[in-house]
Amino acid sequence: MEGWDPSTKSTLTQIPLLTTKAGPRDGAPWTQRLKEEYKALIAYTQMNKSNDNDWFRISAANPEGTRWTGKCWYVHNLLKYEFDLQFDIPITYPATAPELELPQLDGKTQKMYRGGKICLTVHFKPLWAKNCPRFGIAHALCLGLAPWLAAEIPILVDSGMIKHKDDATSSIES
Amino acid sequence: MEVELKETIDELESLKQSLTDPSYRYPIDKLKLRVERLAKFGNSGPLRRSKVKDMSAEVVDSNPYSRLMALQRMGIVQNYERIREYSVAIVGIGGVGSVAAEMLTRCGIGRLLLYDYDKVELANMNRLFFRPEQVGMTKTDAAVQTLSDINPDVVLESYTLNITTVQGFETFMSSLKNKSFSPNKQGSGVDIVLSCVDNYEARMAVNQACNELNQTWMESGVSEDAVSGHIQLLIPGETACFACAPPLVVASGVDERTLKREGVCAASLPTTMGVVAGLLVQNTLKYLLEFGQVSPYLGYNSLKDYFPTMEMKPNPQCSNAACLQRQKEYLLAKPARDAAAKAKMEAEASSSAEGPLHLDNEWDISVVDDDEPEGIDIKSSAALPEGLTRELPSADEFHTTPEAPDSAIDDIEDLRRQLDALNSS
Repeated sequence: MEGWDPSTKSTLTQIPLLTTKAGPRDGAPWTQRLKEEYKALIAYTQMNKSNDNDWFRISAANPEGTRWTGKCWYVHNLLKYEFDLQFDIPITYPATAPELELPQLDGKTQKMYRGGKICLTVHFKPLWAKNCPRFGIAHALCLGLAPWLAAEIPILVDSGMIKHKDDATSSIES
Repeated sequence: MEVELKETIDELESLKQSLTDPSYRYPIDKLKLRVERLAKFGNSGPLRRSKVKDMSAEVVDSNPYSRLMALQRMGIVQNYERIREYSVAIVGIGGVGSVAAEMLTRCGIGRLLLYDYDKVELANMNRLFFRPEQVGMTKTDAAVQTLSDINPDVVLESYTLNITTVQGFETFMSSLKNKSFSPNKQGSGVDIVLSCVDNYEARMAVNQACNELNQTWMESGVSEDAVSGHIQLLIPGETACFACAPPLVVASGVDERTLKREGVCAASLPTTMGVVAGLLVQNTLKYLLEFGQVSPYLGYNSLKDYFPTMEMKPNPQCSNAACLQRQKEYLLAKPARDAAAKAKMEAEASSSAEGPLHLDNEWDISVVDDDEPEGIDIKSSAALPEGLTRELPSADEFHTTPEAPDSAIDDIEDLRRQLDALNSS
């Protein structure tokens, strides 16, 4: 965990750790794992809201909890940039982390694999491997997606690759 | 069409002969020339060879298999034509997988199963196999197009799916189990699975499927900096599975800091990928046609032209439950394996040696087979007496610790509702 900023570190310590090592093909243990995933996500979302740092919405897109969809956003120069967020729970979960996708940014940055999968190889995968099965979706968002957005969005905005929705259309922000 | 054009030429000729006025001859000659050109153009179009029933060793220009069948004449392969009975599954039809597929197609493999969910892009043109006009096609469709042209004898099955998702994995498993191509085959419906994917998640999915199906497979990989690669043979229970230990990488042998470039996820070279595909298919041919030595692990460091090899025993504490099951079976089958090896050695001895090689053996020297290690784990090399098995952990290391009886909600629907409420507030 060297090289991580203190606030990420303190947030991380407050997200409940998971205990059940089960993937989507494991039946009842997977349901147990899913409960733990929910508990961690609820705790993390609550924490973000109370710290005025709300930055994503995520919910299961199917009853089995193997596909998740939602949104995430990042504020840069006082403007909010919002993106669709989606991922599947791989069959080898939790040995392998979910591959977080931002489909709207597909092809706009080098730090991304096709289909909009963000590149997590260096900053996140080793951490996930080390902490299997204690890390879950909430940890992947906190340690995988959040730092990626913080590193990439300013560059994408400044280089003109993405535009704020108010610049693109004349619509008024709600 | 060819016949019609020829008839037109003949008719024009007879028309010319029947005309008395010579002034018409010139336009008729011109017309005839034109038709002849058209006929020639039609002939130069793509020619598809027809299927070949038996592989012939006859050395003629028109035999697509003469150079392969020559392997028998040279004494390299006992029975080359067996290749037509084999099925190979290739997962990932990228820079390595597509080239491996082409090599096996040209070798006349019986059946190829191809898996990929990606499309061909212009950015793939620095690698071999795919052509610019195939941009936008799925890699599986484009591969089937090219491969069926090259060798129509190969049975091609293509699956456009992502094997790491729940649904994709189910289709992947059932396609491997399907035995319609060779109903009498033991085990699964394929002889070997070749993993040519570019990420850890997909490798772990192939590993999971092969451990569950007890399916021998080979893993291949090219480093993200494009200068090294490796191939690895994985026999469930007998060799280390992909989850037994963190994956190995071939060190480039130069200062890492001079190689890593911030912000670029992967580089690729047609050379490194071609070399790795060649090593992979060579090992596959040796495995299927039983010649030479099949490498358990072969690395390739292109910067120093260094090829490390090694062998890996399974990890008795592997986190993969199916791997542990296969290890247990492999250990239990040891007496039978030993008996078979002994019988084979005795049969060879009785057929070859009439008498003892050395009449006197003052020091009582004997040759001992040290091929098979006594223990399954290289770390605890304490030899096990024959017939005894090591007690392997059968459960995962992580047990579900019963939830502390706090008053927290433990119903999945309640939890879902709670998250939804947070999401909408």
